[in-house]
Amino acid sequence: MLEFITRRLILLIPTIILISIISFIIIQLPPGDFLTSYIMQLESAGQLVDQALIDSLKAQYGLDQPVYVQYWKWVSGIVTRGDFGQSLQWKTPVKDLIWERLAFTFALSLSSLLFIWVVAFPVGIYSAIRQYSLGDYLFTFISFLGLGIPNFLLALVVMWFAFSRLGISVGGLFSQQYVDAPWSWAKVVDFLKHIWIPMIILGMGGTAGLIRIMRANLLDELHKPYVVTSRSKGMPEAKLILKHPVRVALNPFVSTVGWTLPGLVSGSIIVSVVLNLPTTGPILLRALESQDMYLAGTFVLLLSTLTVIGTLVSDILLAWLDPRIRVQ
Amino acid sequence: MGLRNFLQKNRSIAKTEEAPPSAAKLPAKAQNENIYVASQWQLIWWKFRRHRLAVICSVIVIFLYLVALFIEFLAPYNPEAQDQKTAYRPPTTLHFMDTEGKFHFPPFVYGVTQKRDPDTFELVFADDTSKIYPLKFFVHGAPYKLWGLFPGDLHLFGVEGSEGRFFLLGADRQGRDLFSRIIYGTRISMSVGLVGVILSFVLGIVIGGISGYYGGTIDLVIQRLIEFIRSMPTIPLWMGLSAALPPTWTPLQVYFGITIILSMIGWTGLARVVRGRFLALREEDFVMAAKISGSSEWRIIFRHMVPSFLSHIIAALTLAVPEMILSETSLSFLGLGLRYPVISWGVLLQEAQNIRSVASAPWVMYPGLAVVLAVLALNFLGDGLRDAADPYGH
Amino acid sequence: MDQQLPLIEISNLKTYFPLDEGTVKALDGASFTIYRGETLGIVGESGCGKSMIARSILRIVDPPGRIVSGEIMYHRLRKQGEAMVEDFIDLARIDPASPNMRSIRGEEIAMIFQEPMTALSPVYTIGNQIVEAIQLHRKRTKKEAYEEAVDLLRRVGMANPERRVHEYPHQLSGGMRQRAMIAMALSCRPNLLLADEPTTALDVTTQAQILDLMRRLKAEIGMSIVMITHDLGVIAEMTQRVVVMYLGRVAEVSDVRTLFHEPRHPYTQALLRSIPKVGRKARIRLNPVTGMVPSPYDRPSGCLFHPRCPAAIAGVCDQKEPPLISIGDNSAVSCFLYGGKE
Repeated sequence: MLEFITRRLILLIPTIILISIISFIIIQLPPGDFLTSYIMQLESAGQLVDQALIDSLKAQYGLDQPVYVQYWKWVSGIVTRGDFGQSLQWKTPVKDLIWERLAFTFALSLSSLLFIWVVAFPVGIYSAIRQYSLGDYLFTFISFLGLGIPNFLLALVVMWFAFSRLGISVGGLFSQQYVDAPWSWAKVVDFLKHIWIPMIILGMGGTAGLIRIMRANLLDELHKPYVVTSRSKGMPEAKLILKHPVRVALNPFVSTVGWTLPGLVSGSIIVSVVLNLPTTGPILLRALESQDMYLAGTFVLLLSTLTVIGTLVSDILLAWLDPRIRVQ
Repeated sequence: MGLRNFLQKNRSIAKTEEAPPSAAKLPAKAQNENIYVASQWQLIWWKFRRHRLAVICSVIVIFLYLVALFIEFLAPYNPEAQDQKTAYRPPTTLHFMDTEGKFHFPPFVYGVTQKRDPDTFELVFADDTSKIYPLKFFVHGAPYKLWGLFPGDLHLFGVEGSEGRFFLLGADRQGRDLFSRIIYGTRISMSVGLVGVILSFVLGIVIGGISGYYGGTIDLVIQRLIEFIRSMPTIPLWMGLSAALPPTWTPLQVYFGITIILSMIGWTGLARVVRGRFLALREEDFVMAAKISGSSEWRIIFRHMVPSFLSHIIAALTLAVPEMILSETSLSFLGLGLRYPVISWGVLLQEAQNIRSVASAPWVMYPGLAVVLAVLALNFLGDGLRDAADPYGH
Repeated sequence: MDQQLPLIEISNLKTYFPLDEGTVKALDGASFTIYRGETLGIVGESGCGKSMIARSILRIVDPPGRIVSGEIMYHRLRKQGEAMVEDFIDLARIDPASPNMRSIRGEEIAMIFQEPMTALSPVYTIGNQIVEAIQLHRKRTKKEAYEEAVDLLRRVGMANPERRVHEYPHQLSGGMRQRAMIAMALSCRPNLLLADEPTTALDVTTQAQILDLMRRLKAEIGMSIVMITHDLGVIAEMTQRVVVMYLGRVAEVSDVRTLFHEPRHPYTQALLRSIPKVGRKARIRLNPVTGMVPSPYDRPSGCLFHPRCPAAIAGVCDQKEPPLISIGDNSAVSCFLYGGKE
């Protein structure tokens, strides 16, 4: 087990390096470097360009040097100083802009993940052991809808419905008075009051998918000989199903975190744009539109890295659950 | 132990098959006897046919692609025809009965009068029952070029003359007919799925094939790469890459740029399927049998292996198309994918980004319905194909 | 020897599977008796319903299959003061989910299966699974139950049971798994062990060891064994009486010696002819049973075997169903050649 974790942790290093390279490519892709656009932006605003500032920035990011030097400067800045570069649009260091938004992104994604599990697990079990019952058909229908409706569209519909039928606005993660307020118990409560709608919207597709997976896996397991064995031992049915087939069907379920989490982080971006949530979504979109590349690149880097780490955690969890992996 | 001698230590008895004698296995056996000479594709078709929903969905999918082929003919209006007077016109009702109770077929639409509400200054539309414009099939209307090649002006249905305009699904901010625009969007949205999947398929087959063929370190590296790409959140990546597409590109270039970006990430799923099937088949007894009987490598691959995984690949491809469609729609919705003047469902949905316009004209969400229909139909079709792909399984 | 005391009397048992394609009659009027302390063999081709007998007795037939009629009369011995009282429970009528049925399963009637790999859960240690069986029926602490499990594993001949008890099924060999399976089944000292092809999935040397083990444990515990197999060698080696089944019905019941020396039913005769023998003249073809097993949806009328039977009497065998007629002690045959026409 320890060896397994070590091996995965070692694999994590090249993965993160690869992510950083891709993020840097994204920073580099638009024509010109960020300083040229910065200068242009200042000039078009009629401001004076401070040559000294430009020179110091140039030296800091190695803009007059080859690409790999620039990459190295960016990465070493991150590792040694936590410096992700400069945001053009906000005119502040990137590091001052990202952490809270990242935290909200992951708070939203993880709560959706929790929602998905809490709903999909019992519903999937129910659907499998009551196959072809009315309830099964109902859940099947709902989950097919959930699979077919892209979550941003669902967000739109919910918003439209709340706005024009119920007369309420569902955007945001906080009520007006708490947006800029410091954290307090009341703010947490307010946050919880707001997060459940985006959580459900974001989790809908994943829940639908996982219900299908849980149902299919459990249906596969329900008729396996070891279930018959346990039944032949005289085990009560409810206990039997939970202890045996559900336990085995749980493994593919846990391993889905590997792809559910990236999907949720992805989805949270676009849902946040629609619902105007203070997560990475809207700010990343704006950064990309205005070619604020260090900000955009940093988001791509951190979102991907954190997702990869989340996936790793789920893999370890899976190994811990399944002796067939653990003992090898 | 006389009995033992009697049996001479041989323990065997005529058995028709080794399968466990559970009753659940019986029907499969019976079926195999009946359909003894059916080819594999016949079996797949028979199994697919039993999946009622998948059959219905295959009809819908075929329908959608037919629509995509003949958009110019099917759309009653030019999708770009702007008219400030018809901005945000709500969907027009088709009438079968006129005020005197007379039945009409095809149905007709009334003329529309509009005035401003003196209090709210909002535009109010009302039917003008004195003007009746009958809908007709095969009318001459807005000129177009079919597939950009053949000029024509014949439309499947419409109102003759330019006087009576009708908007089956309402009009957008610039007074363009949303129904015509959704029909035009079908071509781009549905084809992005196909082109993207073909691109990812080529990538997947080549890379998955290399991985399976060479094995060893190359296989390991490619597998790690696939795992890596799959563990990334795709939308930020897509956003980053498509934001980098030069703004000077023509719509066609952007279209291919976006599909390439989508398939650069989409190929991993298909590569896994190809490699997985390949590895599984390599271990199968019938491949071993072919090898032992001296079949050449090529013959084994194309005569034995490809037919037995082709159906799985087709199913995987079908399931990949809706993902592509969704990705394109999401990107375009965010304004990072296809852009004006290209018409795709995602581009159309951009109008729905603003909650105010959605609240006053909820019909701008209709392109979303088209997306849901296409995605659901393709998903069910793919599901049915996947189930049918292995006609020998239970 | 109390061989003549019946333990379970099965009469006219019908277990049907209503499926979309038609009803599969897995058991279609099977009747025979299992006596205390005997080893009874049930033999037949695949799909003849022999496994369904065991599943019907334990009431673990998978839905949509169900017992539609017939009786499974279980004679349960109960101590009342000094005397032993015999209760009669019709297992075919009892609710399969009832506590009563569950207390019979595993405690009084246990079962072992063909594939020990799949019959044991892959995610629990074998110790866990044995302890589960013990704790379901006996009041034991976890520690006591584990000690019992180790003891059981030792008795089924597993080397190093203290370590094995904490291992997972995939860590054991096929024979070891089957031993663990037997230990689990015998953990509550049942009256009856249903063994459904217990050696089919094992290699030949292991088969012999497992059969030896079962014989030894049977003598120790004094239970009855129902040996379900298609392997006539196992029948010859293990059993005293044999039930030959064909398409959900009993073709012939007889003691094992008679079965091999004077098989009565044409189906039994055909089965025996199909056995290859060492020392037979070379280049003589084996005689398999001719014809195919009929489709379960399209069962022949009259005697189910008549389309494949060399001795079929036209106008009789294809018209009427032959009753199971008793011939001599403990023997019965279902064939018009031995009477029953009128």
